[in-house]
Parts: sequence; C-alpha cells; structure tokens
Amino acid sequence: MANIISDETIEYVGILAKLELSEEEKEEAKKDMGSMLDYIDQMNALDTEGVEPMSHVFLLENVFREDVVVNGDMREALLDGAPGAKDGMFMAPRTFD
Amino acid sequence: MKLTDMTAVELAAAIREKKTTAVAAAQAVLDVMEEKEKRLNCYVTLDREGTLERAQEIQKKIDSGKIDSPLAGVPVALKDNLCTRGMRTTCASRILGNFVPPYSAEAVVRLETAGAVIVGKTNMDEFAMGSTTETSAYGPTKNPWNEAHVPGGSSGGSAAAVAAGECFLALGSDTGGSIRQPASFCGVVGMKPTYGTVSRYGLIAYGSSLDQIGPLCRDVTDCAAALEIIASYDDKDSTSAERKDIRFREALADDVKGMRIGIPRDYFREGLSPDVKKRVLEAAQLLAQKGAVVEEFDLRLVEYAIPAYYTIAAAEASSNLERFDGIKYGYQAQDAQGLHDMYRKTRSQGFGPEVKRRIMLGSFVLSSGYYDAYYLKALRVKALIKKAFDDAFAKYDVILAPVAPTTAPELGKSLQEPIKMYLGDIYTISVNLAGLPAISVPCGFDSLGLPVGLQLIGDGFAEKKLLRAAFSYEQARGPFKKCGEAQ
Repeated sequence: MANIISDETIEYVGILAKLELSEEEKEEAKKDMGSMLDYIDQMNALDTEGVEPMSHVFLLENVFREDVVVNGDMREALLDGAPGAKDGMFMAPRTFD
Repeated sequence: MKLTDMTAVELAAAIREKKTTAVAAAQAVLDVMEEKEKRLNCYVTLDREGTLERAQEIQKKIDSGKIDSPLAGVPVALKDNLCTRGMRTTCASRILGNFVPPYSAEAVVRLETAGAVIVGKTNMDEFAMGSTTETSAYGPTKNPWNEAHVPGGSSGGSAAAVAAGECFLALGSDTGGSIRQPASFCGVVGMKPTYGTVSRYGLIAYGSSLDQIGPLCRDVTDCAAALEIIASYDDKDSTSAERKDIRFREALADDVKGMRIGIPRDYFREGLSPDVKKRVLEAAQLLAQKGAVVEEFDLRLVEYAIPAYYTIAAAEASSNLERFDGIKYGYQAQDAQGLHDMYRKTRSQGFGPEVKRRIMLGSFVLSSGYYDAYYLKALRVKALIKKAFDDAFAKYDVILAPVAPTTAPELGKSLQEPIKMYLGDIYTISVNLAGLPAISVPCGFDSLGLPVGLQLIGDGFAEKKLLRAAFSYEQARGPFKKCGEAQ
C-alpha cells in the first residue's frame, strides 16, 4: 500500500467529519482510506496541466432574486420535527458551563 | 389484460376510458404487496390506508375533469430520499429514522398534481451510497427475478417494486448509475435525465453536482410520460435548467434510419461478462438492421472516471451530510456530554459504515494540503472526460454501451470489497460527471435467467434523440418477459 494513513491523520479526519470512532473502527478506516487513496492516485497518470477545474458541466449563471420572503411560515411545522424545542426555538445541549 | 400487466400509460388510459378506476389499480398493487413485500422488502414505508384514500380523491378529480394527465390514477412509488410532506423519509438511514418532512420535493409535487397515487417510499442504499441496496439500515431488498440476488442500487427498492408489480412506476435518483444499474438488474427501464432537467429541491443531497432524479418504468413510453411531468424549471434549485422543449412523448417514434450510434471499444474490454457483452451487441445489431449507422470508436479516459467520481462524490457528500447534527430533525444521541460530543455521538450512531467511509474520505480530500492533489485534480479530470464526450457527440447521436459489467450479484457478496463494488459503476459513472442523459433498457437475460440492460447515452439536453433510439430498440426487441412469467 502506497498510502499509509497515520493515527494522527485518522484522528484529524474524525474531527473534520465529526465522527467518534472506536479503536477497531479507526484501524478499519486507516486500511480503507489507504486503499481508496491508492486507487484514486491513478488520476495522477493523466496529464491535466493547463486544464481548468470544472465544477459545473453546463454554463451556469448566478441566480438573483429580490430579497423578499416567498415561502410560508413553517416555524411550528419545523420545530415539531426537532428532537427538542422550547419557546419557539431549537433546544441544543449546553455548550459551556 | 390483467390490470397489473398494464404499463402506467395503459393503466391511465383505461382509467380515463372508465374501464377501471384509480381505486381498483391501487387495490391491485396493495394485493401484490400483500403477496410479495414480506419477501422482497422493496419499501421502507408503506401507507396502505392513505393509498386508497388518495386513489379515491384522484378518481373524483378525474371524474370531474380536474386532472387530465398521462399518469392520472397510476400508483407510484418514491425512493426514500425524496421528501414527502407528512410521510416519513429516512434515506434508509438510522439518522433520519423518525424524520417526517414538512414539505415535498418539487418532483413529487409535480407527480401528485398530475394525479399519481403515491403508495410508499422505496428502499435504497443509505444516503444513496452503494450499488446493491445492502447498505440500507432497514435490511436489503431482494431481486424479484431471483431472491438470492441483489436488485442493484442505490435505487434498488424502486427497481424491484416496478419489476415485481408493487407499483406501476417509481422515481429514483442517479448520482453514479443509481437509476440505470438497478433498472438493468431488475429488467425495467430507468432513465437519468440531463443534469438540471428535474428540480433537486427536496431530494436529500448526496453529490449535488451529480445527483439527478429520474423515473423507473415498465417501458420507454412510461418513461417519456413520467419525465414530461417531473421535468421543470424551478427557482428553488439553483442549478435548474430552463428548457424550452420538454414534450418528450413526441420523441416516441420507431425510426432510427441514419441515426449515428457509437459503441465505445473501451467499454467492451476486460471485466465485462460474456453474457452481457453478447446481449448488448445483439441490441446494437437490431438497431443497425433498422437503419442506424453503428460503428465502434475510442471514447478514452474510461479508467479515470471512477477515481474522479469517488473523489468528487465523497467531497460533496462530506459537505452535504454536515447538516445532520441531531438538533433540527432526525435522530439525537441521548448519552452525550455537551454540544460537540452530541454531534459526534449522533453521527456515529446514526450513520452506517459506508456513509462514514465516504464522509471521512471526503473530509480528507477537501482538507488543507490535499485539496489540490485530490479534489481539484478530480475536477480537472472531469473537464477532460466531458471533453471526450463532446468529441464523441460531434460524431454520434447516441452512444450504446452495457449498463454494468455483470448481471445482479448474489446477496452478501459485494460489501466486503468496496473498490470491487465501485468498479461495477464503470459504464454509468462518467455520464454523471459529464451531466448527460442516459437510459437503461432491458435487452435479454444471462445464463442464470437474470436480466441484462442496454445503456444508451445522449448528448446534454438531447433526451428526445435518446428516447427515439430507446423506443425504436424496444419495438425491434418486442415485449420483454415479465418477472414471474414462465421462461
């Protein structure tokens, strides 16, 4: 395997992805990601010098509109679906004591 | 003709002519479900009572002349990543196990307005990540042709439900082949439209630059009728395309005389099963006999499509799936200490292994130090792949290819080796990178009796040409054996 994923890298990726991994999952992820990156590295065989990165295939123009509310009031419906709501707001765990 | 043997368009016509009713059609589908659903597991959520109520309402509207559409009264299934107001939408994930959307996807609203009767939400790979419908948190779906095999994925529930008669038509979504490949494995027609044709509003995003909603149907005519209904310009989707001509049913002519059809040599090399190769080349032969000019060519860059795709799709997925934070909707972990711990625990308990794998890969390729080498590189490769298709469509009207290298694999054989599973997407994936329309049409069986799919690919916005080629092929092929019919 050409790509060796270190413990630090998996730790860092876990933080970015907001995932808590068990030791077993970390080992598995190191192996998985290593082999995926080995595979993806095949792209390097293709010369892309001078090629512009293409994010959208068709010509897209920015879509503008007047800054006015067009959707109805869905506040109650949205709060109804939340795991926790109080006083018309989403409830979230305490962030600091 | 038995009700359940009709196509969606035939059924709607029979309802219009008062030979049957929307309620009878809904009941017929419910009866098939009663018989098969326990074994096949096509659906995550079914609403039996609601289905009959909706059918009654639609029938009233048909009777009073309020609805006149080619699909009025037809029982339709929706992939479970399409938001449905008041009906649970899980994306086949634990993290959305209790999510009841407060609004419906634009494509769903358009179908309902046209008088479709929604029967339920179909099973899929979790967040559409997978090729077998085995990554679903709600158990795998079985292939109706052979229950020891997968239906394909990620829209496997939709494809299986259409094949088994548990609906007349279904919607799916296609990010790298997720409509075409299960359609191929289940012997039904599946179409991915040009990027931007169908609004993505209300489709739970996986890879936003690649995702496109499309129909899975019993034949090409149903497909054109469904596409005509769901295609629309929508200012709620910033990448929606304003198309002038979406009268797709006009394209259903049996005429390929002089049509230039290219067969990419690169798609017929190692890895392609001999059975699939034979059936697909026979289909090409049929089109040639009808007057199409069929020739081989080199598409190029085929080997770079999968690495570029998985880089881009994983990157977009990692960003799109950030929204699942356990606060606004869906699952929330109960055993957490503080906000950040709650995020991590909610996501770790809520997502399955394949979703975690892709989120992590995506986070990595977007992280500083690797962004240029992986993500930007993939976008450059994508530009070259698009160019290769542009060159091909300068010479050809339609490209003809297999959908997948094999027929449906056995259950339980794919997930252990992710890269091998990803390789199965080789003929479908570049179509998404280039934003093109493509259709999968059943073209025969392998030695095990499993269906084989023919893929036709069109240039961007050239659905009409594509549908004409598909319809002409279907006419030449003749009726396709129905699932469950004797050989």
